[in-house]
Amino acid sequence: MSDPFVLGGISLTSRLFIGTGKYSRNTLIPEVVASSGSEVITVALRRVDPQSQENIMNYIPSQMTLLPNTSGARTAEEAVRIARLARAGGLGNWVKIEVISDQKYLLPDNSETIRATEILAAEGFVVLPYMSPDLSAALRMKAAGAAAIMPLGAPIGSNRGLKTKELLRILISEVDLPIIVDAGIGRPSEAAEAMEMGASAVLLNTAIATARDPLLMAEAFREAVSSGRKAYLAGLGPVEEAAVHSSPLTGFLN
Amino acid sequence: MSFYETVLRLEQLPYETLWKQYAAEDVKRALRKERLDEHDLQALLSPAAASCLEEMAQRAQQLTRSHFGHVMQLFTPMYLADFCVNHCTYCSFSSIYDFPRKKLGPEELRQEASVIAASGFRHLLVLTGESRKESPTAYVKDCVKILREYFSSVSIEVNPLSIEEYRDLMEAGVDGLTLYQEVYQQETYRKLHIKGPKRVYRNRLDAPERGCQAGFRSVNIGALLGMYDWRQEAFFTAMHARYLQDKYPECEIGLSAPRFRPYLGEFNPDSEVTDRALVQIILAYRLFLPRAGITLSTREPASLRDHLVHLGITKMSAGVSTEVGGHTQTGGTPQFEISDSRNVQEITDMLTANSLQPVFKDWDILTGDPA
Ligand code: SF4
Repeated sequence: MSDPFVLGGISLTSRLFIGTGKYSRNTLIPEVVASSGSEVITVALRRVDPQSQENIMNYIPSQMTLLPNTSGARTAEEAVRIARLARAGGLGNWVKIEVISDQKYLLPDNSETIRATEILAAEGFVVLPYMSPDLSAALRMKAAGAAAIMPLGAPIGSNRGLKTKELLRILISEVDLPIIVDAGIGRPSEAAEAMEMGASAVLLNTAIATARDPLLMAEAFREAVSSGRKAYLAGLGPVEEAAVHSSPLTGFLN
Repeated sequence: MSFYETVLRLEQLPYETLWKQYAAEDVKRALRKERLDEHDLQALLSPAAASCLEEMAQRAQQLTRSHFGHVMQLFTPMYLADFCVNHCTYCSFSSIYDFPRKKLGPEELRQEASVIAASGFRHLLVLTGESRKESPTAYVKDCVKILREYFSSVSIEVNPLSIEEYRDLMEAGVDGLTLYQEVYQQETYRKLHIKGPKRVYRNRLDAPERGCQAGFRSVNIGALLGMYDWRQEAFFTAMHARYLQDKYPECEIGLSAPRFRPYLGEFNPDSEVTDRALVQIILAYRLFLPRAGITLSTREPASLRDHLVHLGITKMSAGVSTEVGGHTQTGGTPQFEISDSRNVQEITDMLTANSLQPVFKDWDILTGDPA
């Protein structure tokens, strides 16, 4: 069954996006790419050091679509500046906007993110804003020109799963853009659940990077994302609150 | 409102009996909590926690890995000048010692910077003794402007400054501030700081907050362990960090846990901080402040540093010299004796062997870009 996911003009077969930030060694990155089947990888520009042999970019397989992120930015201006540096540095024109002004919980600042989305979308970037799941903010990001919306499932690095499930459901049904669940997913079953709900993709870093066996975990997520997607496409049977009688009580009316 | 008011309140607590109030159950309860409060912190620092160190370590490691991953940020200090007007009883740079003082000129600075940058470092901490005459803000600013050509991030550890002075340095490209209170217990503070402006406790105590107000990206604080009862000093330090974190959520608050080291003079502090105590302190910091960076310096011996990398530490210094120009010149006077003298390669090898990725660059200064 062909079910491509087209984003920013690129047709992707994998709906699992991965990160680069927390691995015990950079050499794990190409291995995780292979096991996860992922085609999109996010990299923090702040970690990129072209002068160093250990430059993280040297470990990213060339077929990957790069999603540079603006992590470290605390204002829209900083995010814009980082995005421009990334593009000038040859990292392509996709950008995940991450504006975090709260260092205690690392929750994204939606209003600064909307501002950065406006500026960068107007400059021709494929903008993917990372956000706290809030409908009106998501709609503004869409109006500002976002290519997809990346709401969090739970705070970064928490591995807590889909704590924001009800809000994600609303975004999925109300925002006419791909919804990519980012942050918080700790288990493959949670990734599958996000996909079953109709998310277009998920982005993971901590869950794979901090697993005892990151490669096996990458494979587990690959399968989970793919089964969740299949279940969504197959159309899950409706969940009924009360038992449904096989002979309806009002059947005599027919 | 300043943290000083909290200090005044915390000073009233009956520490002699307070530490004894806690039992292992209190520690275990704290370990199950999401956000720990003041009493949980006391429990973690109390004698009762000594029997729970392993459980604390497991949880601290889990928190550290999920928030920071399997990475260790590396940085190195660079001493710009060793002139000092103060007399602190634990430091070789104290004004009472007679040795040829120096400060780096632009050329020496460049040499030093290029040697350090060639070893891989992108994050630098610059230090001076405390002398507004010999190493004024303007001098630090000139140095930083040069250093920005070599490093992605420059932090300072200099005498406490005003908000305006901090802003001025930020514009020159400084993005982090390190400032240790050294001693939180006021009476001991006065005893150990015999002469000079550093005697003014409150000016020092409020300086990290001024740094937050000026807008530094990161502010790092700490107590010099060994100067007074470590439980109380660690308690005040963590409370200070929590105060800053709550009030300035946009600033990344970090902690260090430096222990006293031999220096030029004879003074020996009376409060011993054993390795076990140091571990307990670091674990308590991590559990109480899950997202705070925790720095471990080369004051600690290599073997201990190797173990501590798994217990909550997120930043380490390496390839350290505590003398002015120590990376390119000889004959300087070290501020204190370091303990782990391994070079950068040896530290990265150790980290790699411990399944940790050494990270030399984690940020680019965005302010004051001359370009
Ligand atoms: S600790 Fe600082 S202020 Fe005190 S003597 Fe040393 S350099 Fe001077």
